[in-house]
Amino acid sequence: MEFPAGLKYSKEHEWVRVDGTKAYIGITDFAQDELGDIVYVELPEVGAELVAGESFGSVESVKTVSELYAPVSGKVVEVNGRLADEPELVNRAPYADGWMIVVEMRDPAELEALLDAEGYRAHVAE
Amino acid sequence: MRMRTLAPVQEVPLIFERSRSGKRAYDVPPLDVPPVDLEAAVGKDRLRRKAPLLPEVSEPELVRHYTALSTRNYGVDTGFYPLGSCTMKYNPKVHETIARLEGFRDVHPLAPEETVQGALEVMYRLQEALKAITGMDEVSLAPAAGSHGELVGLKIIAAYFRSRGERRTKVVVPDSAHGTNPASAAMAGFQAVSIPSDERGSVDLEALKAALDEHVAALMLTNPNTLGLFETDIVEIVRAVHDVGALVYYDGANLNAILGKSRPGDMGFDVVHVNVHKTFSTPHGGGGPGAGPVGVKAHLAPFLPVPIVRAVREHALERDGDGDAAERAVRYRLDTDLPRSIGRVRGFAGSFGVLLRAYAYIRSLGAEGLRRVAEDAVLAANYVMHRLKDVYALPYDRICKHEFVLSGRRQKAYGVRTSDIAKRLMDYGFHPPTIYFPLIVDEALMIEPTETESKETLDAFIEAMRAIAKEAEENPHLVRSAPHTTPVGRLDEALAARQPVLVYRPSAD
Repeated sequence: MEFPAGLKYSKEHEWVRVDGTKAYIGITDFAQDELGDIVYVELPEVGAELVAGESFGSVESVKTVSELYAPVSGKVVEVNGRLADEPELVNRAPYADGWMIVVEMRDPAELEALLDAEGYRAHVAE
Repeated sequence: MRMRTLAPVQEVPLIFERSRSGKRAYDVPPLDVPPVDLEAAVGKDRLRRKAPLLPEVSEPELVRHYTALSTRNYGVDTGFYPLGSCTMKYNPKVHETIARLEGFRDVHPLAPEETVQGALEVMYRLQEALKAITGMDEVSLAPAAGSHGELVGLKIIAAYFRSRGERRTKVVVPDSAHGTNPASAAMAGFQAVSIPSDERGSVDLEALKAALDEHVAALMLTNPNTLGLFETDIVEIVRAVHDVGALVYYDGANLNAILGKSRPGDMGFDVVHVNVHKTFSTPHGGGGPGAGPVGVKAHLAPFLPVPIVRAVREHALERDGDGDAAERAVRYRLDTDLPRSIGRVRGFAGSFGVLLRAYAYIRSLGAEGLRRVAEDAVLAANYVMHRLKDVYALPYDRICKHEFVLSGRRQKAYGVRTSDIAKRLMDYGFHPPTIYFPLIVDEALMIEPTETESKETLDAFIEAMRAIAKEAEENPHLVRSAPHTTPVGRLDEALAARQPVLVYRPSAD
């Protein structure tokens, strides 16, 4: 199971990769493994305003439907359109081709509330 | 442990693949009414130019095709079906005899009321029985299913607040709830708010109180909850909800556990729906027809969907002092005159045939029999739980009601997931339990034996589950690649969900 260093993690199993004021967001390797084969990813549209801690979409697997929670607040500036036809990318490459959205962060200080790789690893080991 | 052995499986072709041009299973009789000019009747542009693609087979081929498919089915009449939350109890065959009585079978939904008094009396008496069982003041039999009952119940709640000039937007739902609860709340125009369960698997009273305010219309609750655990704080929970002016909705999915023991009405619930196919042994059917009667307390009665069956005393009738004569002097009618009703939710008077079976069940068991249903269902669940908890993790180790939830997390260490355990159970001849629900249990296995199974059946299931736990440890591949004895093996569920093929298309050749 991978926990790439350099990413930020939420307790709800989203990862954040910071690029200036932009945040790439997806779900973790642990999350995709728990969910099993993902069959549908519901994402917001470009322009949507996200609030940290609130739902911004959902992931449906053969097991269950799970909410996605925004790790940071901001405006959605890009959405991974490939996931509409290839939701399996989330299983195959959760930190790469399986990314979900890019958010223009409103308050980068919110990142401080997130976990680092070691903190997240400890969180899922509980 | 003896494995179920099946006859060698032959591939059953699609009915379309059996089709040969010109074959017929049915002859249309000669026309004995004046022909109608189709073009004139429906308009030339609406007529289809090409005949629809329908299979052409002879009658024996047709019969053999569907008979072959029917032998691939698995139901309560073929074996144990411990599907948690679904109460897959046996459907007594006497109900089918009753439902086929001419006077019930051949009634027409538009028949004049005076010609169907017997059918209406059955519905009236069922309303009365459900009132007594749930402790509610009024019942409508109209809703067509449990989830429909939820929607109707929430629409009643919405109508109630509208009538009071209050705008309430939220419905609170515990995180252990049936998925239909938040879905019904959203369908009825509310925002569903989830609250966490406490470490005992019950409603977290403090979290509930924190979520309650004047915007909350209702709390939706199942008691016992989806972990099969009784909400012992129910009186305090209801009081907290009522204190902010909101209402409490009882999801009747788990009513089997408390039949004749406790009543949602006495716990303070304002609205209840009943799943007759769970609690009252009507067939689960292939998606219908079903029924999900809704009961309410008096303050919500004006909003019930129509029709309601009423008993009217005919004082005009002569009474000769004979008790029977007074009985005959009752007339039953469908009351649709409820000005504040949420309206009609289903055609005619509801799923009569299903309601009839539920009534037959209630009358054949009686009050004492229904109490024993609950007792035996709870006993069976606790027996199976206690005999499995040393080999499977039991996250909430309390005396359960009618069902319990194990976790496959110990088996995960061997690379075996709950879905693998479920598939492997089919090799032992059992329908798998509900899996991955409730969501608050990791690798959940939700088992509900019901009261209708013998100890021998329960023991056979326990032995199968124990054998699979052992296999998971010693031969995980065997479990991971199950099922091995079913007509088809492991299906690609992900592909089926991602790229479903729902319409037959002939191949190019």
